[in-house]
Amino acid sequence: MKLEVDGRDVYAYTGSRPVVAAAPSVVFVHGAANDHSVWALQARYFAYHGRNVLAVDLPGHGRSAGPALPSVEALATWLAALLDAAGIAQAALVGHSLGALAALATAARIPARVTHLALLGPAVPMPVSEALLAAARSDEHVAYEMINAWSFSAAKKLGGNRQPGVWMTGNAMRLMERMPAGVLHADLAACNAYADGLAAARAVHCPVLLLQGGRDLMAPPAATTALAQALPDARSVTLPDCGHALMAEQPDAVLDALRGFLR
Amino acid sequence: MTKPTTHQFDTLSLHAGAVPDPATGARATPIYQTASFVFPDSDHAAALFNMERAGHVYSRLSNPTCAVLEERVAALEGGVGAIATASGQAALHLAIATLQGAGSHIVASRSLYGGSHNLLEYTLPRFGIATTFVDPRDVDAWRAAIRPDTRMLFGETLGNPGLEVLDIPRVAALAHDHGLPLVVDSTFTTPWLVRPFEHGADLVLHSATKFLSGHGVVIGGVLVDGGRFDWDAGPARGKFPTLTEPYAGFHDMVFSEESTTAAFLLRARREGLRDFGACMAPFTAFQILQGIETLPLRMAKHVDNARRVVAFLAAHPLVKAVGYPELPEHPDHALAQRLLPRGCGAVFSFDLAGTRAQGRKFVETLKLFSHLANVGDAKSLVIHPASTTHFRMTADDLARAGIGEGTLRLSIGLEDPGDLLEDLSRALYAAGKAG
Repeated sequence: MKLEVDGRDVYAYTGSRPVVAAAPSVVFVHGAANDHSVWALQARYFAYHGRNVLAVDLPGHGRSAGPALPSVEALATWLAALLDAAGIAQAALVGHSLGALAALATAARIPARVTHLALLGPAVPMPVSEALLAAARSDEHVAYEMINAWSFSAAKKLGGNRQPGVWMTGNAMRLMERMPAGVLHADLAACNAYADGLAAARAVHCPVLLLQGGRDLMAPPAATTALAQALPDARSVTLPDCGHALMAEQPDAVLDALRGFLR
Repeated sequence: MTKPTTHQFDTLSLHAGAVPDPATGARATPIYQTASFVFPDSDHAAALFNMERAGHVYSRLSNPTCAVLEERVAALEGGVGAIATASGQAALHLAIATLQGAGSHIVASRSLYGGSHNLLEYTLPRFGIATTFVDPRDVDAWRAAIRPDTRMLFGETLGNPGLEVLDIPRVAALAHDHGLPLVVDSTFTTPWLVRPFEHGADLVLHSATKFLSGHGVVIGGVLVDGGRFDWDAGPARGKFPTLTEPYAGFHDMVFSEESTTAAFLLRARREGLRDFGACMAPFTAFQILQGIETLPLRMAKHVDNARRVVAFLAAHPLVKAVGYPELPEHPDHALAQRLLPRGCGAVFSFDLAGTRAQGRKFVETLKLFSHLANVGDAKSLVIHPASTTHFRMTADDLARAGIGEGTLRLSIGLEDPGDLLEDLSRALYAAGKAG
């Protein structure tokens, strides 16, 4: 569906279903240099199981107008405005990577409007290596290659996709290549600069799911320990043999974890 | 800064798409010879049908063995994914039927495989899809043939039988200026010789019967999506409603919204395989996978042998001309050096000086070369196009396609090159005596 937030066009995937005021809502927030399509299977499931689904394209990504927002705080402000624009009073927030930080910051900012918080591949803090930031500044394609190399577990770099016939790393690369210039750097800089994650976690009131890949090199499971301790009501689930690209590598396990959590 | 390493072509040829079988640990890709797959429960079944979960339902739509082949070819081509089809012809039909319908138009190279030419020239018009054929070397002709109802440009990496080298970068740029995809048949080249997506092509198809298999024992095709073409932006907007508008045949799914990069593949599988049904059999996929494991080794040997045969024929007094783009006199020599630095494949034609009877004598005297209608086998092959693959074409059309009465097409196999030269030498001697 098309929305307008802060005077700019926004796209959100709804599974081709209308928003029903009485139904509970789930907002999916993608990570750096991605768009709504990384959630296709999970978003579609909830759209056909009694939920309003908004899998958004963040500003500057996919079909949403730019520019990309410069900070996690700005993304949180934007997500709150998105709920207003969609006429959604309360929602579960599901975020991946940068989207997890944005969802966390949103839940801290407007706790009464967030019923559940699912953070996939989170890390607090989420430092980005200088090498990756430099590549994102000087040669985005090299940065995409680094992200692809670090986002998939070793086994999945050779394929074996649950989604028949789709070559995961090739698909991930083409999605990043679609980003306008500067978007990746803005996203990574936002991750790198976000310093308030633990304070935000302490302000979250709703139940939280921390879903991480056991072989995640971008946001290693150890990087969620402090976050888990700071959250009043969190449960952690680790998918063994899974890298940072959780939804692509283990779409069913991700869905099952979300189903259990959002039940 | 050093780039992160990714798996290279030879490794992908052996491994891409395949993991040891989770049920048994089998190292080789198992042949999942089953029509259908058991659902764990009703909700799971519904989710699979509605694309809320990934997995297999029915082997017409997808099959685990075929899926390994699809991933492998997509990996080798550098695409986002692929669909295995019953034949190369089915792959071409699937590409066309997914993107367009009655009242639309194709611009195609006129130097095509005879089967593709039949489909476009004689069969598709019956379904309201017209084709204008152009000289593949003439970019102005490609441009002039584009109409408001054109929906794709189509050519072969190496034309048939003249080995016209398709100028993929220029034809792709022209296509994209008009909001159209360039569809390329890369059967003769395989990704080992050229990866058309790197030069701007949008969809690549193969008759996997040929070099991908290398053994000549199965019929199969593969259609690969490069994932770069934006079906819903710029001059393409409005041209591809099958991908950008709600599809009543699948819960009003808008494929370009469902998948940013692989909308084409979604529609092709969810409609084209479902409704037209030209799927690949799992045993066929297994056979093609066996072939692809040695693709890099075979292609190197095919090209090496082809170069030796080309050099031999080019110097032979009974041979009027040899059409191989690595020869300086070939019109596409410079382009071939740029696009095909590893070689121009192992299929080429040459013209015998002499009568039709001498041509027949040549073919009949050959012993190692098999006289048949195929290319890309591990064994060397020969055919006389004017009387076989292109027999439906008029004399004028034949001449335009660069085919003479004395044109012979060879597909050079993996035999000892000395034995191949001996066989050819003997047949040329016999042809000379028959004159």
